[in-house]
Amino acid sequence: MTTRRAFLASTSGLALAGFGAPGGAVARSLGPDALPAGALGASELAALPGKVPLIKKTWRPPNFETPIASLREAFTPNDAFFVRYHIAGVPGVDARAWRLEVGGDALDRPQTFTLAQLRSEFEPVEIAAVCQCSGNRRGLFDPHVPGVQWGYGAMGNARWKGARLREVLARAGVTRGAVEIVVDGADGAVLEATPDFVKSIPAWKAMDENTLLAYEMNGEPLPHWNGFPVRLVVPGWTATYWMKHLTSIRASSTPFEGFWMAKAYRIPKGVFPTVDRFLSQEAEASTPITEMVVNSLILAPGDADRFRAGQTVEMSGIAWDAGAGIVSVDISVDGGRSWRAAELGPDLGRFAWRQWRHLIPSLRTGTHTFVARATNRQGMSQTQALVANPAGYHHNVLHRVTVQAG
Amino acid sequence: MRTIAWLLLLASSGAGAAEDAVRLADGPGREAVEANCAICHSLDYIQMNSPFLDRTGWEASVTKMIKAMGAPIRAEDVPAIVEYLNKHYGK
Repeated sequence: MTTRRAFLASTSGLALAGFGAPGGAVARSLGPDALPAGALGASELAALPGKVPLIKKTWRPPNFETPIASLREAFTPNDAFFVRYHIAGVPGVDARAWRLEVGGDALDRPQTFTLAQLRSEFEPVEIAAVCQCSGNRRGLFDPHVPGVQWGYGAMGNARWKGARLREVLARAGVTRGAVEIVVDGADGAVLEATPDFVKSIPAWKAMDENTLLAYEMNGEPLPHWNGFPVRLVVPGWTATYWMKHLTSIRASSTPFEGFWMAKAYRIPKGVFPTVDRFLSQEAEASTPITEMVVNSLILAPGDADRFRAGQTVEMSGIAWDAGAGIVSVDISVDGGRSWRAAELGPDLGRFAWRQWRHLIPSLRTGTHTFVARATNRQGMSQTQALVANPAGYHHNVLHRVTVQAG
Repeated sequence: MRTIAWLLLLASSGAGAAEDAVRLADGPGREAVEANCAICHSLDYIQMNSPFLDRTGWEASVTKMIKAMGAPIRAEDVPAIVEYLNKHYGK
């Protein structure tokens, strides 16, 4: 059994194993070559207030990606966590003045909560969970599709602490008539005509014991750019539902028909192995994206790293799913012809990612393609070939890196 | 929630100044693009989504901005905007 400390010490030493050109490492940190040239050209490392330099995709609204190097820790540091907004009005929120309105036609006792009430009147619950943008890796779609051209880092793993949504809804007297819970945050659009970013989740998901109104992230208040003072945390589901700067929760007896549910964040029906259906929002051909697909990422070595012939190389990475739990990660060092089991790191919780590593004792002279493939407890794995979809969601094509030895 | 308080935050965060450094290609239509698109988003959105959209793709993007996002682009400005985007940021 590997302790977390030993596992981390080992994988962090790995970063030094390669001896690729330092200049190349900097260029690669802005994203893989497969990204559109314009996206790579517009990227730069830049720091939002309170954040370390991240990969700037767009300034306004702010979209910033976490570099691969910052995904190597078990829990992604708050100041390195990715940032994603849809509309440009991002207000600073004063925690003392902040109020959460809980209402809607499917509850009996509409009421308002302060942050102090949320902290003191409900049992604090902490859950480790991956927060991943639906469109993480969109920039790798071939052919490319429009949208934020993310590389690998529109994701992170954190410990989220807060009150259970179901307890707050119960306090407000939620009724059996609730079909969806509609959430809104403090962000707003520039123009009145632009649809405000409002989302809904099925009532059954809102009543799940793991769905939280989080006020802490990794033991600290949420960073402004990640939803201060309170965000919705929906473990297992993509981050589109994790409403930031939460201001309003509505229990609704009817499906919410806003743009961001009816027109956006939808996937074609029947092409992904969806387990969690969102029946009240299903249409004939499309359905809302729900839970994350099984996925994995090679964090080291990096693509195009160079090694000495005969050198021992340690691969490391992460694997995650929607909460069934990762049971195995298989590694190929020959482009996918043969596979061996990687060693899994400690279990950080079923919604968290699982770190893994694999030792290659002696790398022969030549070019080698390493591939990783994760499998979860339900026997689900990753796709070999991209599953095309118009909005560029659920990219879980096996990650490959090619290295040179000699 | 709709508010304009964010304007102050953006100004103080420096994002406003940083996005001023984004420079689109020179050419006819650039002013119309800047005047219309930058109301709601920084112009690096255009660079980022290039060069893989054809004329139809850029037309669809502009139409989405008008119909879905409520961009107040005058109908007579649309052809010049699409022409510019396709010429400088098309595939």
